[in-house]
Amino acid sequence: MAEAARARPKPTPETQHYWDGAKAGALLLQCCDDCAHVYFPPRPFCPTCGSRKVSIKKASGKGTLYSYVINHRPAAPGFTPPYAIAVVALEEGPRLMSNIIDCPQTPEALVLDMALEVAFEKLDDSITLPLFKPAKG
Amino acid sequence: MKTNHVAVVGAAETTKLGVIPDMSQLQLHADAALNAMADAGLKPSDIDGIATAVETPQQIAHYLGITPTWVDGTSVGGCSFMLHVRHAAAAIEAGLCKTVLITHAESGKSMIGKAPRSIPADSLQGQFEAPYGVYGPPSMFPIPVLRYMKTHGITHEQIAMVAVVQREWAAKNPRATMKDPITVADVLNSRMIAYPFRILQCCLVTDGGGALILTSADRAKDFPNKPVYIMGTGESVETPMVSQMESFDHSRAFRVAGPQAFKEAGIAHKDVDHLMIYDAFAHLPLYGLGDLGFMPHEETGKFIADRNTAIGGKLPMNTNGGGLSYMHSGMYGMYALQESVRQMRGIAPAQVKDAKISVCHGVGGMFAASGTVIFTNER
Repeated sequence: MAEAARARPKPTPETQHYWDGAKAGALLLQCCDDCAHVYFPPRPFCPTCGSRKVSIKKASGKGTLYSYVINHRPAAPGFTPPYAIAVVALEEGPRLMSNIIDCPQTPEALVLDMALEVAFEKLDDSITLPLFKPAKG
Repeated sequence: MKTNHVAVVGAAETTKLGVIPDMSQLQLHADAALNAMADAGLKPSDIDGIATAVETPQQIAHYLGITPTWVDGTSVGGCSFMLHVRHAAAAIEAGLCKTVLITHAESGKSMIGKAPRSIPADSLQGQFEAPYGVYGPPSMFPIPVLRYMKTHGITHEQIAMVAVVQREWAAKNPRATMKDPITVADVLNSRMIAYPFRILQCCLVTDGGGALILTSADRAKDFPNKPVYIMGTGESVETPMVSQMESFDHSRAFRVAGPQAFKEAGIAHKDVDHLMIYDAFAHLPLYGLGDLGFMPHEETGKFIADRNTAIGGKLPMNTNGGGLSYMHSGMYGMYALQESVRQMRGIAPAQVKDAKISVCHGVGGMFAASGTVIFTNER
């Protein structure tokens, strides 16, 4: 992939910890101290019960392939088609969008519910992007 | 909302549909609005309520010379107009206004006077979806479909039949953009856009618009055309991020809006004579049939493949050809509403004989929003 032109996320005060975590090689979720709900994307309150008492929780980085498309056209800047845009179901419950690396971008190779693990790709000095690859073993 | 207390008394699309390089988006709104006012025998000074999406209500009101006492700028994507109908019906019942104009137009193909859509890098979508290569609806809207197919046992051939059947309906509509017959093989061999969807499973990109005029049912009999009554409505939103839907096995927004409309209307599914389900992409009618409660999701693919929604079938659906074959300017909901109104007036090019109840179900964004309107021609 020609990474130079890939859309760069711009953190906000509510999401900065997530991006700092990714830079340090950790996939960070949040957990409600009151109702124990684990959630994504980041916000300083629980979307289930409304409590502001929440903690940052490091995810295991393990997940499964929930669904995807293999995009052919039009391609986003920085991507060479065909490339898969996937939704990963994390072991902790939340789902997130990602790309699947170290895997052919084909329906035959991308099998729903296959085991995945997080991998981090540094885009620049401030942003490292969590991606996923087929789990070993 | 009370059943059948508000009616559509004016309805029209833009004079032309398809590629309209000689009109800005704003003028397309006006063209549709003027056609709807002519249909209802009204002037701008007769309108006291205005609703529109993407363009602001102040823009449309001032351009048309309208001084409203009620304004709705709800803009939740292609189903915004279903929500406008719901809100307008409530406003008319509450006495906030008497005669509401709802306009939609989009220079979706020619892009004249239309701001390009963009995703800010510091929005949640900009941070957690855009970096992964989403680029327009074709790369996002089909993301749930492989999961849906696996959960419910739906085949590629069944989803291809959505496009095949709707092309048959389009062939009966002179204003449809695409009218040549297609087969399942044509669909499954057409150019790949975003696996599993190929170009014949993706909506058209066209220019056009439409407008509706609503007033109280008591006043409706004084208008030139047959009134079409609002029986029931529903609305909801879920999430602007497709990746954050609660499930890909269904749409939460559909499941809230659809049943609410049926409850308000006080009808059962067997009472429905005509159905519109917004088809930006070919999987949406399957989600709609399931989430609106017509049948379990597992049966939706077979139901369509067995031609139950086709000409002569027991549940005629998307009888203008839909977003796949009739037209799709980007916010298709208005055209689905127009077809429901035509069917209830008895003037549709592919008229369903003796149809008395029409359900019109819309989506906004990528399952982000939903609105349902149930119409009838009997009070």
